Amino acid sequence: MADMIDKLQFYFQFQFVRNVLIVGALIAVCAALLGVTLVLRHFSYIGDGLSHVAFGVMCVASVLDLADANALVMPITVLAAILLLRTGQNTKVKGDAAIAMISVSSLALGYMLMNIYGAKTNLTGDVCSTLFGSTSILTIKSKDVYMCLALFVIVVSIFVIFYRKIFAVTFDEDFARATGVKVNLYNNLLATIIAVVIVMAMNLVGSLLISALIIFPALSAMRIFKSFLKVTICSVVVSLVCAIIGILVSILAGTPVGPTIVTADMAVYFLFALAGGIKGRVA
Amino acid sequence: MAQLECKDLTIAFEDRTLYENLSFEVNSGDYVFVLGSNGAGKTTLVKTLLGLRKPTRGSIIIDDKLKEKGIGYLPQQKSMQRDFPASVMEVVTSACGGNRHERREQALAALDRLKVRELSAKSFSELSGGQQQRVLLARALCAAGGMLLLDEPVSGLDHTTTAEFYSMIRELNKEDGMTILMISHDIDAARRYGSHVLYISSEPRFMTAKRFFAQWEEENG
Ligand SMILES: Nc1ncnc2c1ncn2[C@@H]1O[C@H](COP(=O)(O)OP(=O)(O)OP(=O)(O)O)[C@@H](O)[C@H]1O
Ligand SMILES: [Mg+2]
Repeated sequence: MADMIDKLQFYFQFQFVRNVLIVGALIAVCAALLGVTLVLRHFSYIGDGLSHVAFGVMCVASVLDLADANALVMPITVLAAILLLRTGQNTKVKGDAAIAMISVSSLALGYMLMNIYGAKTNLTGDVCSTLFGSTSILTIKSKDVYMCLALFVIVVSIFVIFYRKIFAVTFDEDFARATGVKVNLYNNLLATIIAVVIVMAMNLVGSLLISALIIFPALSAMRIFKSFLKVTICSVVVSLVCAIIGILVSILAGTPVGPTIVTADMAVYFLFALAGGIKGRVA
Repeated sequence: MAQLECKDLTIAFEDRTLYENLSFEVNSGDYVFVLGSNGAGKTTLVKTLLGLRKPTRGSIIIDDKLKEKGIGYLPQQKSMQRDFPASVMEVVTSACGGNRHERREQALAALDRLKVRELSAKSFSELSGGQQQRVLLARALCAAGGMLLLDEPVSGLDHTTTAEFYSMIRELNKEDGMTILMISHDIDAARRYGSHVLYISSEPRFMTAKRFFAQWEEENG
């Protein structure tokens, strides 16, 4: 035990280790907030879809040798998010199918482009870290921390200010629209922040695991709580705790950050499912 | 001026036209029954009136005063997401205005009115279908300043609850002067309570309930 604390103390002397913890915690909270409304609207897979879009665009950016990949990745992912959230309504291809379609297409095209035009030698390593998150946590810079902080403030403010509208749109979109809520505005707002959170989270957990950050906390909270407010608060707490535990464990055990956080989320889900079952039998 | 006016409304989907040139007026205090067989386009009409979808042709004019006061809407029972985590209070207050305290008072008053105040602390997903329907009617009530659009409010309710529902809606109509537009398959209720009937088919008709049932009797012996 004392050994572990010593080890952590040693690691936390370094700025980049503290950065990882901060970024992880901030992104975890944002992802959990978004997760509640996404899961309840049957858009659980949107995280996957968008991260693959981001992956595809990142490949294009790297082929084009752009200095700032995010300048291309961000707007296109936001656009994809807005289009995907629209598909709930009157389109030929429905929600989950549309997401699956866009997701695999971007993945395939992105990887193909990298293979054909990629000048870099370490192709597999590059792709692998984009898919599963960086194995080296050295990659998070101070600039990323500030961006995450800004994003965190924006996302949390939106949820606090528009909480009631977000509930109304999530619970019953038709009724909300009928009573004058500007549903499209809120959908586009949500889509935009989802896209931004996903692009930011890609560095941390990689594009294959982002869905886990989004859905697990909400699903866990729903096993125990039956009110929207409690579910929202609980998923934020769960997500935060799992991110911190995941990062600490990955430092101590030398495991990759993304998968370790997701494993913690998974463990909590099973715990909550068990607790929910017991609670249901007692009540 | 009419509260709601529909002019030459045509509703069509890509492959077929449901009806053309439907015109009617709803005035304050009317109790309109919307009748018609399954798939005739009743729900589609109500959604169009609420602005949830655009009419293929024609126009819908809603009085400014009514717009300001608000229209309450009870959707047709789609298999509501049974597992949605929301408390009854959260559901009903979502349609209320004002500050937190005012919203709470308003929601409790609506629940009281529908005789389900005791459900306020429960979770919505754990209620029976009939209880959920009442809570959703309470929500509609909170949003309704002058008009209620009800899409098959009594489907799936038992005899007693149905009778209670009708008497509650009638009370709202008579005592509060609330305009009611109700989709229903219940001819008897339409005969008993309705002031007007809007019969939806490929040739839709709108007339007073009296006239509609006089014609009905003639046609059906
Ligand atoms: N988005 C849509 N695209 C194509 N057709 C549709 C769409 N929405 C509804 N319809 C069709 O329009 C017709 C009318 O549907 P609607 O739900 O309005 O019927 P209804 O009169 O309310 O029936 P019920 O009594 O069963 O509730 C149906 O045949 C339906 O298949
Ligand atoms: Mg219908």
